Amino acid sequence: MARTEAARKPVLGGRMANHAWVGVTPAEPAKRLSLRAPAESVASLSRTLGLKLPERPKQSVLKGDRAALWLGPDEWLLIDRAESNLDAAVDRVRVFHSAVDVSHRNVGILVEGQGAEATIAAGCPQDVSLQAFPVGACSRTVLGKIEIVLWRTGEAQFRVECWRSFADYAFTLLAEAARDANG
Amino acid sequence: MTAPFRIAGKGRLTPARVARFTFDGAGYAGLEGDTLASALLANGVHLVGRSFKYHRPRGFLSAGAEEPNALVGIHRDAARKTPNVRATVQELYDGLTAVSQNRWPSLKMDVGAVNDLASPFFSAGFYYKTFMWPKAAWKHLYEPQIRSAAGLGVAPDQPDPDHYAARYAHCDVLVVGGGAAGLAAALSAAEAGARVIIADEQAELGGALRFETGTNIEGKDGWAWASESAARLAAMDNVRLLTRTTAFGYYAQNFVGLVERVSDHLAAPLPDLPRERLWQVRARRVVLATGAIERHMVFPDNDRPGVMLASAARTYLNHYGVAVGKAVGVYTANDSAYHAAIDLKKAGVHVAAIVDLRDNPQGPAVDEARGLGIEISAGRAVTGVSGRQRISAMTVQPKNGGASRTIPVDALLTSAGWTPSVHLFSQSRGKVAFDEAGRRFLPGTYVQDCVSVGACNGTDELGALLGEAAIAGHAAAKAAGIKVGRVAKPKASTGERWAGGMLGAAPGAGADSKAKAFVDFQNDVTAKDIRQAVREGMRSIEHVKRFTTNGMATDQGKTSNLHGLAIAAETLGKPIPEVGLTTFRAPYTPVTFGAIVNHARGSLFDPTRRTAMHGWAEAQGAVFEDVGQWKRAWYFPRAGEDMHAAVDRECRTVRQSAGIFDASTLGKIEVVGPDAATFMELLYTNPWQKLAPGRCRYGIMLREDGFIYDDGVVGRLADDRFHVTTTTGGAARVMNHMEDYLQTEFPHLKVYLTSISEQWAVIAVQGPKSRDIIAPLVEGIDLSDAAMPHMSVREGRICGVPTRLFRMSFTGERGFEINVPADYGQAVWEAVWAEGEKHGACAYGTEAMHVLRAEKGYIIVGQETDGTVTPNDAGLDWAVGKKKTDFVGIRGLMRPDLVAPGRKQLVGLRTKDPKTVLEEGAQIVADPNQPVPMKMIGHVTSSYWSENCGHSIALALVADGRALTGKTLHVPMPDRTIEVEVTGTVFFDEKGERLDG
Repeated sequence: MARTEAARKPVLGGRMANHAWVGVTPAEPAKRLSLRAPAESVASLSRTLGLKLPERPKQSVLKGDRAALWLGPDEWLLIDRAESNLDAAVDRVRVFHSAVDVSHRNVGILVEGQGAEATIAAGCPQDVSLQAFPVGACSRTVLGKIEIVLWRTGEAQFRVECWRSFADYAFTLLAEAARDANG
Repeated sequence: MTAPFRIAGKGRLTPARVARFTFDGAGYAGLEGDTLASALLANGVHLVGRSFKYHRPRGFLSAGAEEPNALVGIHRDAARKTPNVRATVQELYDGLTAVSQNRWPSLKMDVGAVNDLASPFFSAGFYYKTFMWPKAAWKHLYEPQIRSAAGLGVAPDQPDPDHYAARYAHCDVLVVGGGAAGLAAALSAAEAGARVIIADEQAELGGALRFETGTNIEGKDGWAWASESAARLAAMDNVRLLTRTTAFGYYAQNFVGLVERVSDHLAAPLPDLPRERLWQVRARRVVLATGAIERHMVFPDNDRPGVMLASAARTYLNHYGVAVGKAVGVYTANDSAYHAAIDLKKAGVHVAAIVDLRDNPQGPAVDEARGLGIEISAGRAVTGVSGRQRISAMTVQPKNGGASRTIPVDALLTSAGWTPSVHLFSQSRGKVAFDEAGRRFLPGTYVQDCVSVGACNGTDELGALLGEAAIAGHAAAKAAGIKVGRVAKPKASTGERWAGGMLGAAPGAGADSKAKAFVDFQNDVTAKDIRQAVREGMRSIEHVKRFTTNGMATDQGKTSNLHGLAIAAETLGKPIPEVGLTTFRAPYTPVTFGAIVNHARGSLFDPTRRTAMHGWAEAQGAVFEDVGQWKRAWYFPRAGEDMHAAVDRECRTVRQSAGIFDASTLGKIEVVGPDAATFMELLYTNPWQKLAPGRCRYGIMLREDGFIYDDGVVGRLADDRFHVTTTTGGAARVMNHMEDYLQTEFPHLKVYLTSISEQWAVIAVQGPKSRDIIAPLVEGIDLSDAAMPHMSVREGRICGVPTRLFRMSFTGERGFEINVPADYGQAVWEAVWAEGEKHGACAYGTEAMHVLRAEKGYIIVGQETDGTVTPNDAGLDWAVGKKKTDFVGIRGLMRPDLVAPGRKQLVGLRTKDPKTVLEEGAQIVADPNQPVPMKMIGHVTSSYWSENCGHSIALALVADGRALTGKTLHVPMPDRTIEVEVTGTVFFDEKGERLDG
């Protein structure tokens, strides 16, 4: 009973908002795990994942296609752009942890360009200046009326992660904010 | 076309392009850079409005944000009609259309002016005293009449087509005000390396340097220094310079609201440009450099067009090159107004006289005026003016009485001194202190991390002001954690004197006077109104304010508060500090709803959550209902069907063949860890330890008080992994409830919770054909009853994608719930639909889902329960683990009132007339013949027409209801009383044989 795989329908398919100063585009699908683990499990998990899980607020670690974002003292969001079999790798770890697939729960939105910071600042009350939120910084925070994970991937590049059903709101708000982010 | 009052070579606008505009239909020409006020004055127009209460003709009082009189409507197009715009703030653009307000039929001929003649009847407290009787008349006659007569501008009647933006910003030092003090503070902080935001309400920075001619800073003319300093700041990477931006509110922890007027000054704004931008600034330190506002003199008929503040006349002359009259009088009690006379005289305008209340004014300004040949009339007062729509003369009298003299003037400039702008300081919860020597309130006790500098701090001398500001900026940078060097203070070689003046009523407007000497122009409050308020028993300034409405207009009493206070204090015979100052509240100046709402309108007002299959349902013509923020398919009408027909068909089809239902919105939580089962035992009433992996159980969650909080089916995926479902509405709060207990009560448990509500799209397939429908799509799962019985869960693949497949039922039929990663939801749904069509299945919505579960007596949390229902009440005792020694709510369940007889219990109801459908929420009585108020013994929680049963069905909570089975009860309705029989809660397939059917 071999069947072709059901077609994937990303929630933001076809959406984009591009200006000379900033572009708002949906991120490609990615593998994501919500990883929870106590401090004593971190070393073992880091070895398996091939990257050192960050242990300080707002820190992320990026290695190749794989990133770990610190969200709390025992919580990370793992994003693997290669859609590799991340959970199988983590499943091999015997120390206490919880790894839950949230690849489809989250939707990524890329905000890129010299107006990216201003676009984010339209809805996010955190200080997202380079001094306070340098490249690599990440945080679970607020965008308008929803919760997001914000990750600065470059001086003028942010990745916004939100839950799937809030993606339309997040994208619409970012696109609206982008209009006003020229300077 | 040269405007008649524009003086060649004066001001800073020329060379500038001409901007044409209209006011009340008449065409005028102004210059780019003008305000509407300066452009009208250049054309000799002083009469621009009618006052609020007496409809008195009014002109410009000021040249800035404090303007109480010159409020006009600005009409861009049919939808863009902004009322109550201060003409002194509105910048001119080519094509601007302005209209006057509060007049009918015209500004010059206004019928409402009869109120002025009838003013003896409209004294303070008039409304409170007059419209008392008859009581009903207030609502139907007085209030509508007063409301239509009152108010100034007309609100726009179309949706606002503009868009508004918002920005959060953070800085080390926020400087509010870009005058000499603000600039010096900002420069000092910025040069020390601090992140600085400086905001000023004007189009250009400079503040009072705009009109002061006698200032020299660092060897430059004051305005030139300001312009150069602003340019320096704008060029610095660590500075954000915001013009046309008003700091309107100072909130907790140095959170300051600013509104930036982005495009109101543009003739044709680009479409991406917002009209306004709200800035929400969090500053480590705030420097308030908000300056001071000049007060008018309080004397009879001081509101006539042509009477204005001395500093305003200087602004119009020195910045805009406009003379406010041809023969100008000055009336003052301090030095600073002398400069207005001097500037005008030097510009070639006739200055008729300076009338000075002081007996022997002295100083450089006095000497200079005298040297220019201006008559100085000391120890005298202006006790009246002639001319209604424009003054024609002033009456001058010795201040203690005596012979009067009339001097022809077409403009009269007054100054009673300067009031430090402590509004934001006060909003920051700082306490003001009365400065006895200066007769003014100044910042006293600070509550937040801010500092006041310059005129708002009572520092009048320019050199001292610049030093104070530079030190404050430097200190603010240091306090914000910047490593600073030495402070550099700009040096002032000359400045002007702002100190002195008077508070309260001037001669001619004293206690014996009946004259209208205005204190508050915008609300038409006179000196005698304030005295009357005191006479009628108001002792607190807060009461005087509310009784007279002094300071309560949109200008918030920027020019009137201190005069009003001084008159009240004098009448009370108390010193001013004992009477106290009223509280300043945000906003400092009016803020549009657009700016406050900014992006949060239309689809951004609130997130609308849609499932992965929403598009399919929409294409099928589904009608949606709102469930929290979710849109859920309610029913799927086919051609010619109304809701009832559609729901009846859907219910029938599910039980005859199968139905497909989008259950994606249910909350889902993955509980993972070696202590997962222990945690579940503690959070749910049910036992979980012995539930085998691959099996499911219906669980009930209680609050500590023993009442049902949520329910749902839970699947055990592995020894250490549960897939928990919650109600749609409970998704977020159940997660929080669990996390709360895990972190505070059971932190020793090795378990983690992760929300997976949105990871999985959920397709429920329910009905006798459900297995046949999904079987061709599923891989790697044995769907036979033996291998996968009711209440089990398997992991495998469907349509080639991973699935968590639940065998469960919320309809009483054989049923499955297919969980697939959300992005595959629609494709899998379409595949299931295609299979379903072969079996005559249908899609069904939430309404059919409700009916089908009610036919089986399954409760819905929030419908059968209301936060006061226990498992026993709901007939769910079987779900409470009898051997369990602990779970959240176990002690609550033992409370005496929760085990006492007489509790409302869930029962079924059947109407004696099978066609009658009860109303949900209807009350139930035992005896319909008892007198009103009847004893109500319960209420209907769910009620539907059941197509499958062929009669209506209802669930109800009735006191001791289970013992009443078979008895007749009554549901009184407004038009009749409905007889019902108490039944069990299961109306269909009582034995439950269809679960495997």
